[in-house]
Amino acid sequence: MVTVLAAAAPVLLAGIVVLLVIDALPAIQRFGFTFFTDSTWNPVSEHFGAAAYIYGTVVTSILALVIATPIGVGCALFLVEYAPMRLRNPVSFLIELLAAIPSIIYGLWGLFILAPVMRGAVEPFFKATIGPLPGIGALFGGPVIGRDLFVAGVILSIMILPTVTAVSREILRAVPTTQREGMLALGATRWETVQKAVLPYARSGIAGAAILGLARALGETMAVTMVVGNSSTKITPSLLTPGYTMASAIANQFTEADKAIYFSAIVAVALVLLVVAIVMNVLARLLVWSVARGPSATAVRAG
Amino acid sequence: MLAERKLAELLAPTQPWERRRIVNGLATVVILACAVAAVLVLCLILGHVVVEGIGALNPDFFTQSPLPPGEVGGGVGPAVVGTLEMLAVASVFGVPLGVAAAIFLAEFQQGQSQLATLVSFTIDLIAGLPSIVIGVFVWAWLVRNVVGNYNGFAGGVSLAIIMIPIVARTVQETLLLVPDALREASLALGIPRWKTILHVVLPTASAGVITAVVLSMARAGGETAPLLLTALGNQFFNLDLFQPMAALPVQIYQYARSPYVDWHAKAWGAALVLIALIACLSAATRWAVGRRMRGFT
Amino acid sequence: MKTTGVGLQAREVSAWYGDRRAIDKVSLDIAPQQVTAIIGPSGCGKSTFLRCLNRMHEVVRGARAEGQVFLNGQDIYAPRIDAVRVRRVIGMVFQKPNPFPMMTIFENVVAGLRLEGGYRSRELDQIAERALHRAALWDEVKDVWKKASGISLSGGQQQRLCIARTLAVEPAVILMDEPCSALDPIATYRIEELITELKQEYTIAIVTHNMQQASRVSDYTAFMLAEADRVGRLVEIGPTSQVFTNPAERRTEDYITGRFG
Repeated sequence: MVTVLAAAAPVLLAGIVVLLVIDALPAIQRFGFTFFTDSTWNPVSEHFGAAAYIYGTVVTSILALVIATPIGVGCALFLVEYAPMRLRNPVSFLIELLAAIPSIIYGLWGLFILAPVMRGAVEPFFKATIGPLPGIGALFGGPVIGRDLFVAGVILSIMILPTVTAVSREILRAVPTTQREGMLALGATRWETVQKAVLPYARSGIAGAAILGLARALGETMAVTMVVGNSSTKITPSLLTPGYTMASAIANQFTEADKAIYFSAIVAVALVLLVVAIVMNVLARLLVWSVARGPSATAVRAG
Repeated sequence: MLAERKLAELLAPTQPWERRRIVNGLATVVILACAVAAVLVLCLILGHVVVEGIGALNPDFFTQSPLPPGEVGGGVGPAVVGTLEMLAVASVFGVPLGVAAAIFLAEFQQGQSQLATLVSFTIDLIAGLPSIVIGVFVWAWLVRNVVGNYNGFAGGVSLAIIMIPIVARTVQETLLLVPDALREASLALGIPRWKTILHVVLPTASAGVITAVVLSMARAGGETAPLLLTALGNQFFNLDLFQPMAALPVQIYQYARSPYVDWHAKAWGAALVLIALIACLSAATRWAVGRRMRGFT
Repeated sequence: MKTTGVGLQAREVSAWYGDRRAIDKVSLDIAPQQVTAIIGPSGCGKSTFLRCLNRMHEVVRGARAEGQVFLNGQDIYAPRIDAVRVRRVIGMVFQKPNPFPMMTIFENVVAGLRLEGGYRSRELDQIAERALHRAALWDEVKDVWKKASGISLSGGQQQRLCIARTLAVEPAVILMDEPCSALDPIATYRIEELITELKQEYTIAIVTHNMQQASRVSDYTAFMLAEADRVGRLVEIGPTSQVFTNPAERRTEDYITGRFG
């Protein structure tokens, strides 16, 4: 009997995939591959291309990753290498609390506290300093509105920080003490030990932690939908433009879909999210698992 | 001679500005700053929720339905009731399925058979699914076909799907901690396998099971996205599971995205209630687990 | 690359793990350009003491040490001495070989030199080759030393790699913490041969639980023991031949003849 109940898990997952595929099929058949490349999303003319949503998801998630990975690894290093014993558990607990805060409350805080700060101080600062530079300056082009991909990326980074920290912490703890001792015995400072013995050993595991964080960022809905703007489907290089992510588009438009093809297009977006989430999770687990097994004899070349 | 030179270095007072020591010190500061930043952000978020939300709290807030914007008073009563009701539905489905999966993985297969690997793998995958995708699925299955309209039952089911992996993983870990000696002793007495699990293993692991259930409820209680697509939300008290039902996170969302300032204040208040609810659940677990532990000694 | 006969003098060295005292007021001399073995039953604190000699003991959270350890007249525990520098001058080889897996054999050997920086790549090649020669590993790795990972070698080879890595930074003293206990007998024999060669240039202190090894390899032997209070103390130290044939203390004799431990 237990076996039957337990087998509900794979059945459930299969059901999710099947149901989504069935409902997305009309849209996929009608638009084919252009669904991914076309950024025009027009319910009136029944023309649906999800490129802008995909772009928004990718941009906000990568921004979140770029911010959260160094800080998350830094927190993990603090907890494993630097913190005195009596600080370890309290600080670790506090960082995990960040993970317990519901997404909607991040959205609320992001909307009413973070966004005004971003619009009033942070974004003008970036616009003034990096904006004028050639090439990279395009990241900060356009007017400062306060609900854009940049703010969404920042709020996402806070949300995935506990994931990156927790997994990185386990990875760092798995690095054998003898590795640290070996480097210390050569006359290395603590940072040099971290930099040359610990981090290289933990490299692939930390990559796994980052990807797990990325996987979490991809699927985030509520916090993002409240600060990302949800208004424009034009793809521009600027982080300061309002946009959509796949998840926010679904949340925003699902209940308004009146025509079958409109609805099918939204489910197609959900299907894309599903596939991406599964792929990311598998990849991340493979990387984390490989560190647990330890480096193989063919692992060479720190550079 | 190299060794003599190094010994001479040792004899001289340490040079504070040696480059390596500076780099080491800088690295320490940066790493410390990371930890400080994380904790600071936590305090900022929770602090704002408390500070902004406390003003909106009064007894009416918990018991009344929302009023139109501009009118004084009103509250999140339906949302609190709805959340609790949907969590109950979610637990009815999510806990047994999660516990069953955990028992299957820990007690029967020890991760040896192909089915066990499959179950374990899919549970991890379900845990990683975006909650909005779960909402779309439950909508297609229950809202559109089985019931025909947005309803609280579908909301509860979507929360159950979110709960299952959390319950399964936490309980599995707890079951693996129960010493084999206990199982063997029971089986040696002639007690059948299923009774051993039900009456010996599970009670020993009860602290972990309680923790798993509460943990998953705390997590599911804060979910918004799937509810937007299943339970939809409701401005009035509604206990009927087959009609749209209010929920705290959905209420926060509706208050927050509105253009009315007094509703924004209510959003903070509702957020404080949600945080308090989650905190109470966690505190209650620690208390209940603590009692069970003391009962053993 | 001869040293000038540098020894270590430990005076009243005590060490704690948190509140628990592990060793109490151990005083002994590590004679220059000789091998001093430290033997004793499990838990007698010999490894703890060894790690106090290069200030590795204090690396463990909550651990501390007191006392004085003189290297060429200078106390390494003096307030203004940087522990990082001490470890560069007093090297250590560990019980389980610990080459860095993400580095090649060559990179492992020069890892300590690269910390300091300022070496040209030809210098590094020369120093590394010399160190590998002295560790009796060169012939076995010379074709692959810049390609193969540090952990692609056998256990005995890995330990010789770790010795080469230690030699490359030209320490004055080499501490070895049960360097052969993870190795097979043939690998052990080769390392013991190596130690006998190395002592012509270096001062060596070796902790071992293998009494036969101590009597084969060392010039001086120190015997440590932890009694009922589980605090390790020095029982006696003397020339190896004398300690093993005519020990001064009854407890030493009991240990050597196998009556306990």
